[in-house]
Amino acid sequence: MNLISVLPEILILAIGILILIVEPFWKPEDRHGLGWLTAGGLVLTALVSLLFGRPSAPELVWGGMLRFDWLGFFFKMLFLFGGAATVLFLMGVEQINRRGEVYVLLLASLLGMNLMVSSANLVMLYLAIETTSIPLYVLAGFLRTDDKSTEAGFKYLLFGVMASAVMLYGFSLLVGFSGTTDMYAMVEALRRSGLPLFSVIGVILLLLVGFGFKVAAVPFHFWAPDVYEGAPTPIAGFLSTASKAAAFVVLLRVFLVLFPLEAVQWSLVLAILAALTMTLGNLLALAQKNIKRLLAYSSIAHAGYVLIGVAAISTESGEFFAFSISSVAFYLLVYLVTNLLAFGVVITYYRVVGSDDIPAYNGLSWRHPWLALALLAALLSLAGMPPFGGFIAKVVIFAAAIKVGLIWLAVVGVLNSIVGLYYYLIVLKHVYLYRNEALEGQPLPIPGPYAIALVVLALGVLLLGTVFGPWFSLAEGAAAAFF
Amino acid sequence: MIPLSWYLILSAALFSIGLFGVLARKNAIAILLGVELMMNAVNINLVSFWRYLDPTRMDGQVFAVIVFAVAAAEVAVGLALVISVYRRRKTVIADEIDLMKW
Repeated sequence: MNLISVLPEILILAIGILILIVEPFWKPEDRHGLGWLTAGGLVLTALVSLLFGRPSAPELVWGGMLRFDWLGFFFKMLFLFGGAATVLFLMGVEQINRRGEVYVLLLASLLGMNLMVSSANLVMLYLAIETTSIPLYVLAGFLRTDDKSTEAGFKYLLFGVMASAVMLYGFSLLVGFSGTTDMYAMVEALRRSGLPLFSVIGVILLLLVGFGFKVAAVPFHFWAPDVYEGAPTPIAGFLSTASKAAAFVVLLRVFLVLFPLEAVQWSLVLAILAALTMTLGNLLALAQKNIKRLLAYSSIAHAGYVLIGVAAISTESGEFFAFSISSVAFYLLVYLVTNLLAFGVVITYYRVVGSDDIPAYNGLSWRHPWLALALLAALLSLAGMPPFGGFIAKVVIFAAAIKVGLIWLAVVGVLNSIVGLYYYLIVLKHVYLYRNEALEGQPLPIPGPYAIALVVLALGVLLLGTVFGPWFSLAEGAAAAFF
Repeated sequence: MIPLSWYLILSAALFSIGLFGVLARKNAIAILLGVELMMNAVNINLVSFWRYLDPTRMDGQVFAVIVFAVAAAEVAVGLALVISVYRRRKTVIADEIDLMKW
C-alpha cells in the first residue's frame, strides 16, 4: 500500500535517473531524444498510476508523512500532464533542448509538487515545497548567456527564499504551539492548547506570505512579471500553472485541516486578498506591451479568481462548503490547460519571429490561421467566454461565492472579468484585424513536439468547456477528500 | 533554568534583524545572509520548543536538521545564481540588476 501511494513519484525518479544514465551515451546532435524520453515517460507514468495507483478511502501512509487521497491524486495527474506539455515545449528551445539537466531539474520539481499536494506532515510539506522551488530557481536562470534569464533566476531566488523563510517561521511556531508536526493531529492539539486567537491569526499571516508568494497573489506578486519575462518561456508557463496549482492545494490543505476553527477570519483575509489581486493584476495588465508580461499579470489576476473560491469555502457560520472546494479544483484544472496553451502559442511564435511584443503579432491569422485559432481559444478561455473551459470555471467560482453570501466579491470578480476581456481582445485585435503584408505567405514552421502539445491542449480547452460534467465530478471527488 | 520565553524572544529578534537585512540591504550576498539569519531563528525556535515541551519526541530536532540542510542547498543555488549574474553584469547590487521593470 505504501509503495502504491507514491507510484507516480517513484516513476518520475526512475525517468530522471534514466535520463542521467543515457545522456552521455548519446551524441550531442541526437540528444533531443531526451525530451521525447521524458515526455513519453511522464505520459506513461500517468497511465500506469491511473491504472494501478488509484486511492480508495483517504489514509495516512509512510508513517503519517503523506495522505493518499483523491485530492492529491487528481492534482498529481494534472501536474504530470502539465509537465509533459512543458517538456514538449522545451524541446524546441535551441540553447537548452539537448541538455539532460533541464529535464532532470524539471522532473525534480515535478516530484516536489507531487509530494506537496499529498503532504500530511509539516516537515514533509516544507521539504516538498523546497524540492519544488530550488530546481525552479535554477531553471528560471538557466540561459546563462542571456541577461534577462539570469536576472529572472536571481530575482526569483531572492524573493523565494525570503518568502519561504517567513513561512518557515510560521511552521516553527505551529510546531511549538501544538507540540507535533503531524498536520492531522495538530488541529486537536491546537484546540487543547487554548491559544489566543490573535497568535493563531499571526501564524496564518506568516504562512500566507509563503503561499501568497508561490501563487503570486498581491502583495507578494512583484517577482512574477519579471521572472515570466526573463525565464525560458516553457518554464514560465510551468511556473504560472503547475507551481501555482500546487501552492493552492497546499493552501487548501493547510487552512482546512489546521485552522477550521478560525475559518471565518481567514476567509475574510483571503476575500480581501482576492479582490486586491484580481484588481491590481488586471489593471496592470492593461498597460503591457510584451505578451509574456501580459500573461504574467493575467496569471496574477487568475490567482485572484481562485482565491475567491478559497474564500468562499467557509460559510458565515464557519461550516465548510464542499462546492467551493470543487470549484477551486476545477478552476485550477481549466487554468492549467488554458494557460499552457497560451504560453505554447507564444513559444511557437517566438521561435520563428524572435519577439514577444504584442505588435509583432500583427497579421498572425493570415500567416498561420490554426495557430491564431489556438491563441483565440486560449485567450477567450482565459477571459471566460463560452464555449471554452474558462467560462464554466468562472461560473462555478462565482456561483460558490454567491452561495455563501460573498456577493460583493462576486461582483468585483465579474467586473474584473470584463477588464480582462478588454486586454485579451487587444491581443486578438492584433492577431485578426491588423495585417502585416511583408510577412504574409512566409512559412511558420511548427516543430513536431509543439504541434502535439498544442493540439492536445487546444482540444482540452474545448473539451473542458463543452463536456464539463465528468471533469467537474472528478473535481468533486478531489474535494471529498476533506470530508 | 532559563525560561523558554527568553529563547523565543531571541529567536524573534534574530528573525526581525534578518528580515530587516533582507528588505534594507542592496547587496545580494547580504540579502542571502539575512535569509540565513531568518532560518537560524527558525532553528532556535524548533530546538527550544523541542527541549522545553517534550524532549522524548524527536519531531522538533528532525525538523531543525532538515531546515539547515535545505538552507545550505538554497544558499548553494543562490550563490551560483549570483555568480552567473555577476559574470554578465559585473555587479551584485540588487538595485542595478533592473533590466526588467513594470
